[in-house]
Amino acid sequence: MHFLFEPGLFSSAPVRTAALVGAITAVVSATVGVFTVIRSQSFAGHALTDVATTGGSAAYYLGISPLLGFIGGGALGAGAMEVAGVERVRSRDVATGIVLGAATGLAALFLYLDTTTSATTGAAQQILFGSIFTVETSTIPVVTVLGTLVLIVLAAIYRPLLLSSLSPELAAARGIRVRWVGLVFMMAMAVAVGLSSIAIGSILSTALLIGPAATALRITRSLRSSVIVAGVLGVATTLLGIVLAYDSSYWEPSTQGLPVSFFIVAITFAGYLLSGLPFVRRPVSPRSRHEDIGGRDHPRLATAGPQGSA
Amino acid sequence: MFSGFMVHAWEIGTIVAVVGGVVGFFVVLRGSAFEAHAIPNGAFAGAAGASLIGVSPLLGLGTFAVGAALVIAILSRRGRPDVVTALALVMMLALGAAFLSQTTEYEPEIFSLLFGEVLGVSTGEIVPIAVLGVVCLVALCMLYRPLLVSSLIPEIAEAQGLRTFRIEVAFLVIVALATTMTVPVVGALLIFSLMIGPPAAARCFTSRAGLAMVGSVAIALITIWVAIATAYETNWPVGFFVGVISALWFGVGRAFASFSTRAKAPTGSVVRQSVTATT
Repeated sequence: MHFLFEPGLFSSAPVRTAALVGAITAVVSATVGVFTVIRSQSFAGHALTDVATTGGSAAYYLGISPLLGFIGGGALGAGAMEVAGVERVRSRDVATGIVLGAATGLAALFLYLDTTTSATTGAAQQILFGSIFTVETSTIPVVTVLGTLVLIVLAAIYRPLLLSSLSPELAAARGIRVRWVGLVFMMAMAVAVGLSSIAIGSILSTALLIGPAATALRITRSLRSSVIVAGVLGVATTLLGIVLAYDSSYWEPSTQGLPVSFFIVAITFAGYLLSGLPFVRRPVSPRSRHEDIGGRDHPRLATAGPQGSA
Repeated sequence: MFSGFMVHAWEIGTIVAVVGGVVGFFVVLRGSAFEAHAIPNGAFAGAAGASLIGVSPLLGLGTFAVGAALVIAILSRRGRPDVVTALALVMMLALGAAFLSQTTEYEPEIFSLLFGEVLGVSTGEIVPIAVLGVVCLVALCMLYRPLLVSSLIPEIAEAQGLRTFRIEVAFLVIVALATTMTVPVVGALLIFSLMIGPPAAARCFTSRAGLAMVGSVAIALITIWVAIATAYETNWPVGFFVGVISALWFGVGRAFASFSTRAKAPTGSVVRQSVTATT
């Protein structure tokens, strides 16, 4: 086993903290991610990391808690996207893009004000890329409590959420307030994404939100098993990535070590590609590509969807 | 404000607004906002990799941008486009982080790649961007009809024998080219905002495709000119003004659209109207 676990791996405090925080955020992200993928909201899920980062840079400038900045910024952005967006998937992506552009502009302003007042250019990289190895032990309780809260909210709304994701018309006909369910989901996603952005960095936030969920939806047949498989994949990927990143500083020829985000994302990407291999799918027309809501990557969900798959 | 180095800023801003307004019109029409965000943002990894092995950063940017466009287009045939785009983006960002971890020289340039510095453009940088901008515009003119038809009415496009996959690939490569050359100069943020806000606003004002494209360019021009002027006066980043003004345009457009549909009797969706206007 020595070739896999380099000396000092288990006795290193930063590694233990990283593994714990990484595992918690991976489970929360994967669960939110399953719904994000079913609802075709990957763009919003990714854009919220940037919006949360804007909140973080604002908090940094104003001198308030960064966690508050990340989550507050994410929630504000999610609300703006939901208000600006309309029902059709295409216009929703445009609304997301508008909010993203405005938020990134604000981030540019705050980072500019930061650098002119305190001359810390390194802050840009820290905020943008973050590192799982610099997580402080004190963030563990916050991450656990807020993560649990997100899971509880999802569990509470999961039936109306699933129905309004697969068939908004049917959900509306049954008296479900589709817009409100969508808004609650966006808020839950904003908290989850804000949390993971500050804990493990914005790259990993998107990767763990979308990757495990998309892979799980391709290889499972029901929502429950998708959520479980996505959670397991997310945690396994995170832990394997942390081990490889720790080991990589012992590798030749460079002793610099590679970032943990690189390994986790590479494993996630490879997993997604592999999950597509055994299935030969029909080429899909552009119309259904953009407008199908009911999971083409998901056999049973697809047949339950409004258009069904031929 | 109109002398010395500022002349270059006005010139480059005008070029970027024209190209961004036209390319963005199709980005909004096709619902490719995520792709338009992912390609320029992820391409920075190419610049980081290029500086690591000692070749021109522009070469790295171009390689990664076109590579990303191809990967997204090909994988989207068998998976969800938004999932594929997200994963391709994080893969490129992670590669960029890996490249950066192996070098110490590159760090300050991240900021300028993301947010750009349009006020610091030199004469030598303008010519290649102008040439590439013209190439993109010519390519879009040649693809105008197939792009429009395959975006608005894919069934008819396929019935007419249009190869929608090839059109998608060609379009994403155009987006990649248009963003690559402009990113090092104006930043990924500025070009993305210009490609989304003005076209989305223009489509709220008119349902006719040609008119919306002209409107998109006009709004983009006003946006960048106001942004450059205010940035010059306040010394704040140009990207901030472009992002916020673009969003304001969209808000005004949406307000106008909801006002005019309330005033008139609703007559079908905007998409169908523009189809009948163009076919």
